[in-house]
Amino acid sequence: MMLLDVKDLWVKFPTRQGLFEAVRGVSFSLGKERLGIVGESGSGKSMTGRAILRLIRPPGIVEADHITLEGRNLLDVTEKDMREVRGEKISMVMQDPKFSLNPVMRIGDQIMEAYLVHNSVSKSEARAKSVEMLEAVSIRDPERVMRAYPHEMSGGMGQRIMIAMMLIPNPQILIADEPTSALDVTVQRQVLDIMDKLVKERGMGLIFISHDLNLVAEFCDRVLIMYAGRIVETCDANKLHDAKHPYTQGLLNSLPRFDQPRRHLDVLKRDPSWAEVPSVKGHT
Amino acid sequence: MTMITINGLNVWYGDGRDHVDAVKNASFEVAAGESFGLVGESGSGKSTILRAITGLAPNWSGTISIEGKQLSHGKRDREFYRRVQMVFQDPYASLHPRHTVDQVLSETLDLNGITGIDQRVSRLLDGVGLDGKFRFRYPHQLSGGQRQRVAIARALAGEANIILLDEPTSALDVSVQAEILNLLTDLREEHNLTYLMVSHDLPVIGHMCDRLAVMKDGEIVETLTVDSLRAMRAQHEYSRSLLKASIV
Repeated sequence: MMLLDVKDLWVKFPTRQGLFEAVRGVSFSLGKERLGIVGESGSGKSMTGRAILRLIRPPGIVEADHITLEGRNLLDVTEKDMREVRGEKISMVMQDPKFSLNPVMRIGDQIMEAYLVHNSVSKSEARAKSVEMLEAVSIRDPERVMRAYPHEMSGGMGQRIMIAMMLIPNPQILIADEPTSALDVTVQRQVLDIMDKLVKERGMGLIFISHDLNLVAEFCDRVLIMYAGRIVETCDANKLHDAKHPYTQGLLNSLPRFDQPRRHLDVLKRDPSWAEVPSVKGHT
Repeated sequence: MTMITINGLNVWYGDGRDHVDAVKNASFEVAAGESFGLVGESGSGKSTILRAITGLAPNWSGTISIEGKQLSHGKRDREFYRRVQMVFQDPYASLHPRHTVDQVLSETLDLNGITGIDQRVSRLLDGVGLDGKFRFRYPHQLSGGQRQRVAIARALAGEANIILLDEPTSALDVSVQAEILNLLTDLREEHNLTYLMVSHDLPVIGHMCDRLAVMKDGEIVETLTVDSLRAMRAQHEYSRSLLKASIV
């Protein structure tokens, strides 16, 4: 079943040097799957995620044929109705929990707020639900965490709290923008396992934005590879290592491999023509 | 000859209720021309060791020796900073936002009492693969990789032979990481440098270093060569789990 369909998405920013095009005509669809979007910084992957939630503010310009969610074009939805889409239909987990949690508000109050905004229930019910959600993301002492402030949490805990908060309104789609980049490898694994479990149990669609190719190859079902605002290649995640596009190959080869030592790493040689080829369609 | 000797090093932050032992009884040696890695998760104390060496973490006990000379607990002298330099993790934060590349490098050269600054600056930029046109740019006009090149040039300006690298590529894209790591490999050979490198990324340490120490909760759990780690001869449970998480 198709959850989301994006057609010909453009994101532009006016600058002194003229219009900068961050995303240039990207089309893809999302079903109940884990879709990875990879690319370097500046390739437009985060902007794609933000554009779906209409989080790009003027002077930024978002244009698309359509961004369809349940037969509704999100570009035509009023700002008031959009607030209901955010959180309830589509949630987003950002890169750094330090910047996405309110530093002067107790964690419990923040999670409860996320639930109360979308559900008219009593406070005690929201509280019970929040504790339950914290347990679902493997936080050992949820009562203590409810009372704590964000600075008392480690990065891994903070990110799990963010995931709990984003999943509590039970959205259909989760957009995770580099959710584990600020975390250690060992913690990374835990956070991914939790996300994976929740996505599977609830039958959600996941857009996983990352610069880490190996992580995406392992964790996602399908991958879109972005370069200079366009999708240059799309493939099944487990076949990422057989990718055809020289950009994808270049990125893979530039990684140091622990089992294959060499003196020099391969450096990515960019071909200006990569940016000129029209975007590949990322539909299933 | 050993360049860096760390013996029974303890480093702590805060006092009373907030006392934290960041490093507990750490010992290792780095030979001249060697590249030594410290791996572990965040909070394991690996960066703190570098900070203690450079004098940025003043509360420490045990001994730190550089080229056989024991460091005092006071301020490091000029001579120390001429020999030992550090490259920081975040190239966005480690360069003065209102100084041009030229100012950054000239000031460092001047502090080290080096003459002929004009030529030296262009030679330094050349050495780290930066075109002359970048010389009068401000940090915000450079990409992350270019900034890290400037930071490396600054570390090399005083002809230091010991470079402390604190996650030098963690903030960079993989393609840029490859360029910076290649640059570091070449510079080490060219100038016969000794590296002490901190990273949470085991493949990066494996690529750059000859030997490494695995840290957990402020303690060194194991010191071994990269080759024996690669051959799965790690003794400690934690080193093995780290290895498992790093190989895909």
